[in-house]
Amino acid sequence: MATRDASWLGFSLALPLPTLLVLAYLLPLAGVLAWSMSTPGGIGFGNYRQIATDPLVVSILLRTLRICVAVTLISVAIAYFLAYHLRFGSPWKKRVVLIGVLIPFWLSSLIRAFAWLMILRANGLANTFLQSTGMIAEPLALARNELGVMIGMTHFLVPYAVLPIFSSLQHIDNRLIQASRSLGAGFWRGFKDILAPLSSSGVLAATIIVFIFSLGFFVTPAVLGGGRVVMVAEYIYLQMFQLSNWGLGAALSGILMVVVVALMLALIKIVGIRRLMDTAS
Amino acid sequence: MRKFASWAGILLVITFLLLPLIVIIPLSLTPTSFLSFPSRALSLRHYVALFTDPKWIGSGVDSIIVATLTAISCTLLSVAMASGLWLMNSRWTPVYVTIALVPIVAPQVVSAMIIYYLEARLGILDSYAGLVVGHCIVALPYAVITMLVAFARLSRSLERASRSLGASTSITLWHILLPNVRSGIFGAAFLSFVISWDEVAVTLFISGLNVMTLPKRIWDGLRFDINPVIASVSVIMIIVTIIALIAYAKRSTER
Repeated sequence: MATRDASWLGFSLALPLPTLLVLAYLLPLAGVLAWSMSTPGGIGFGNYRQIATDPLVVSILLRTLRICVAVTLISVAIAYFLAYHLRFGSPWKKRVVLIGVLIPFWLSSLIRAFAWLMILRANGLANTFLQSTGMIAEPLALARNELGVMIGMTHFLVPYAVLPIFSSLQHIDNRLIQASRSLGAGFWRGFKDILAPLSSSGVLAATIIVFIFSLGFFVTPAVLGGGRVVMVAEYIYLQMFQLSNWGLGAALSGILMVVVVALMLALIKIVGIRRLMDTAS
Repeated sequence: MRKFASWAGILLVITFLLLPLIVIIPLSLTPTSFLSFPSRALSLRHYVALFTDPKWIGSGVDSIIVATLTAISCTLLSVAMASGLWLMNSRWTPVYVTIALVPIVAPQVVSAMIIYYLEARLGILDSYAGLVVGHCIVALPYAVITMLVAFARLSRSLERASRSLGASTSITLWHILLPNVRSGIFGAAFLSFVISWDEVAVTLFISGLNVMTLPKRIWDGLRFDINPVIASVSVIMIIVTIIALIAYAKRSTER
């Protein structure tokens, strides 16, 4: 039990940071939601109506959803492959995988997007290489389209998906796998009956975390899409700074926030808050 | 056969993950005035251009100022919060932690919008104060997680031992607890520095012409004037991150 002066000192030390975030984050969030109710014609749900009915906005939301779902599935699949070798591979494999996962973490999203643009654009590295080997005659369209955006986003998200999957694989008892081997189960049988069910919560956590992350992506689609693959985050930016349509941008932010909070609650329900904290650390 | 296939798969994926890093360095060393891969000679001319251009130098200084102030503020706030929670040991801890982690959950663009709203109201858009506040909000959850993990490893008996010897709470905190979470403190400072150093999304919303950090200037370059200097700035930014990483690793293994 904490003594009285420990409680007081603790309280006064613990308070400033949450207070700051309430004042500088949660309160303005309420302000943004209030913004979303303001339309040129007065106060009302006009912005939300526009989001639901305007074909342009709907097509951007659908594109965002399509790209995010695809990128999430691909990233989680690649991450599972890496996490598997990080857990069960030989020491050398572990070392190589660890380097590959950790280094991109420390590169900024902007620099990565720029580098991918240099690789994927019409006269970029990939096309030059393929043309010089004679595999293709005309440059392939790899950037300034959805493919380029998906490559860049996948590259960003894979390391984030590795951690939760790896942590769930780490909780699996080695003896279970040895037992299945000794009973004659092959790799796929062992995977299907032991690894897959025991790591499913980690996979689910990775899927939700990566999907949440991908929804708000701004820099990668803007650079690699070159203005042709506008996703919801870039659309919000354009609404605010090129069209000064703050109400619509705020309404879209509000919807994004609701979706993310719902997904987060689902994640907490599936994984449990304690496991989630462990994974985060 | 399976062994070979798994190595091939790993190398393929790792190449994919490291490709941007592998590509950016030769790009920055091209002798041509446009972005290309050097075919024969390497040249440092774009680094010379970078270090003699007052605009890029000014952005580098802005970035360092903002990142340093962000690191100091985030470290102070998160160390205070984590040690306060540890001392209180209260059942309300999850409430504090949840509030502190909200910005990590929100999509980047939503955070950018919220911070824009806040700073438009306060009239601190496009200023050092504005950028530090914005970057702090983005970095605080990471600093808090780092500090909570550091304190979670601390044994309660440390506090009891120090008290039984007659030390007050503040003496215990200063002389016993904080020295034992030292590597966590360096970790929090390092993380918030790097997050601020690389921050783009929020920065684009809240900065304009007065304060222009390196990522903001790179962004403008990508939009209006793509040239090899961008590759050399990228390499310099990566090098600064690596230096910070090494400094952190050294400090935290010293003890």
